[in-house]
Amino acid sequence: MSKTGTIGDSVFRTILIIFAATILVIVAAMIAMMVQNSIPTIREFGFGFLTGSRWLPASDIYGALPFIYGTIVSSLIALILAVPLSLGIAIFLVEQAPARIARPIAFMVELLAAIPSVVYGLWGIFVLAPFIRVYLGPFLQNYFGFIPLFQGRLTGIGMLTGGIIMALMVTPIVTAVVRDVLEVVPTAQREAALALGATKWETTVIVLGNAASGIAGAVVLGLGRALGETMAVTMVIGNSPQISASLFEPAYTIASVLAANFAEATDKLYMSALIEMGLVLFLVTFIVNALAKLLVLRVAKRQTGH
Amino acid sequence: MANDIAHNRRKFVSGVMTSLTAACATFVIAILVIILAYIAYRGFSAISWEFLTETPKPVGEGGGIGNAIVGSGIMTVLASLIGLPIGIGAGVYLAEFGDKWFGTTVRFFADTLIGVPSIIVGIFVYTLIVLPMTRQSGFAGSLSLAIIMIPIVARTTEEMIRLVPKSMREGALALGAPQWRVTWNIVLPAAASGIATGAMLAIARISGETAPLLFTALNSRFYNFYVDQPMSSLTVQIYNFATGPFEVEHQMAWAATLILVGLILIINIIVRMFTKKKY
Repeated sequence: MSKTGTIGDSVFRTILIIFAATILVIVAAMIAMMVQNSIPTIREFGFGFLTGSRWLPASDIYGALPFIYGTIVSSLIALILAVPLSLGIAIFLVEQAPARIARPIAFMVELLAAIPSVVYGLWGIFVLAPFIRVYLGPFLQNYFGFIPLFQGRLTGIGMLTGGIIMALMVTPIVTAVVRDVLEVVPTAQREAALALGATKWETTVIVLGNAASGIAGAVVLGLGRALGETMAVTMVIGNSPQISASLFEPAYTIASVLAANFAEATDKLYMSALIEMGLVLFLVTFIVNALAKLLVLRVAKRQTGH
Repeated sequence: MANDIAHNRRKFVSGVMTSLTAACATFVIAILVIILAYIAYRGFSAISWEFLTETPKPVGEGGGIGNAIVGSGIMTVLASLIGLPIGIGAGVYLAEFGDKWFGTTVRFFADTLIGVPSIIVGIFVYTLIVLPMTRQSGFAGSLSLAIIMIPIVARTTEEMIRLVPKSMREGALALGAPQWRVTWNIVLPAAASGIATGAMLAIARISGETAPLLFTALNSRFYNFYVDQPMSSLTVQIYNFATGPFEVEHQMAWAATLILVGLILIINIIVRMFTKKKY
């Protein structure tokens, strides 16, 4: 709307601009405070902080590599499990199920996203971890035990459990975005494919192809969520700063080392090391989210542009 | 004949794949049901009046989560008082005037802020409030929750206001109403129920947050009504119970979870019932 010339307009608009600007101020202040508070470790270790693999707070040695490794591997496990599952659900909801069935199912998937992280963690400790220790772990070791990934001792707590819990939490988010993306693909494309004699699945493949960059966006968004997932992972991943080939071994992620240690970090250098890791996580998730947004926007633009 | 075989094979593939997608949907719903059922099963037996009203006691002496419920309530209300006006204001700006570079920038940063892990918000508020004050406080916790709320509320408010038809604005403007009156007296009331739903969902979201409270509000063993003191919350209490070594604590974790999840599900279902007509 353009102004109508009264003073009220200017006052009203100024107030709204201040509210909107708050969001920019928050982001700017976040970056400024975190950079300022991580200066001690940036000075002390420089770039070596990110590549150092030893984490010994008692002797002031801080290397973030085990946490970066844990974050990336657990997120990859989550995506490998969550992406096919989410695609399946979204295809079912948009392409196959009649609205009468799709609506309640879509709502239930949304409820899965509404359950708090700490609750997933609790469930992970007392239901999922024992399940992996008693059933899934031995099964994987029996049939795939020759792969180093599945060797090692089985405690139920470790990288795999963290990845699976993350997958459950990421699934509703990826599903929601894929659903939105599929819904934007014009019905005419489906009708055209069906009219040419394509089967239901072949039509779906064509629709998926047209929505590809949006689906990529959904996956990247899921990656962003997985990288930053904190409480549930802290509770089931075992919290041990090691780099191990086995998925059954305990690990550590950036977010979980922050959750588990920040409150006790009284030493200046220790706190700085943790804040610098927070800064790294912040920047990475920021970039990942921006990328996801661009990818999803591209589909929306292309489909409505015609 | 060859055609027939090819055709049957294509139909077979199609059938298999479509059943697989249905299986995916069934699987996640089964997971949801298993999680909820297990919470109800473990939680119900441990809930009592004593559990809901008393403060935590040393293991074996009973105790409850009364102070955590009160703490969560205070922090959620305070966070809403800070976060809702700012979020709604920003959303109104984005919808009504946000088509230029400034609006686009704010929208972009709001979207990326939504995706930033909540523990980062906790660290930010720790450096901003807790370090200068030299102690954790309910206020610091509330501020973290408010920061999480603001971009979510801003974006849902924007979406809801954009649904208000242009003709309503044009009608009011044509009658000589100044622009701010159009927004305040015409557009906002029309979008009010949508904005309220968005606010409710944001409140449900922050009431389940743990990470940003861990080192801002910390925890407290007592009833505390002063926001400049460390404050207990349901979620942090669940985390402490769950990671504790004793079975009694685990049982309390499940009971507290039942209350928390029950609350969040009720909000979600109410919102769903109100918005059913729209979608």
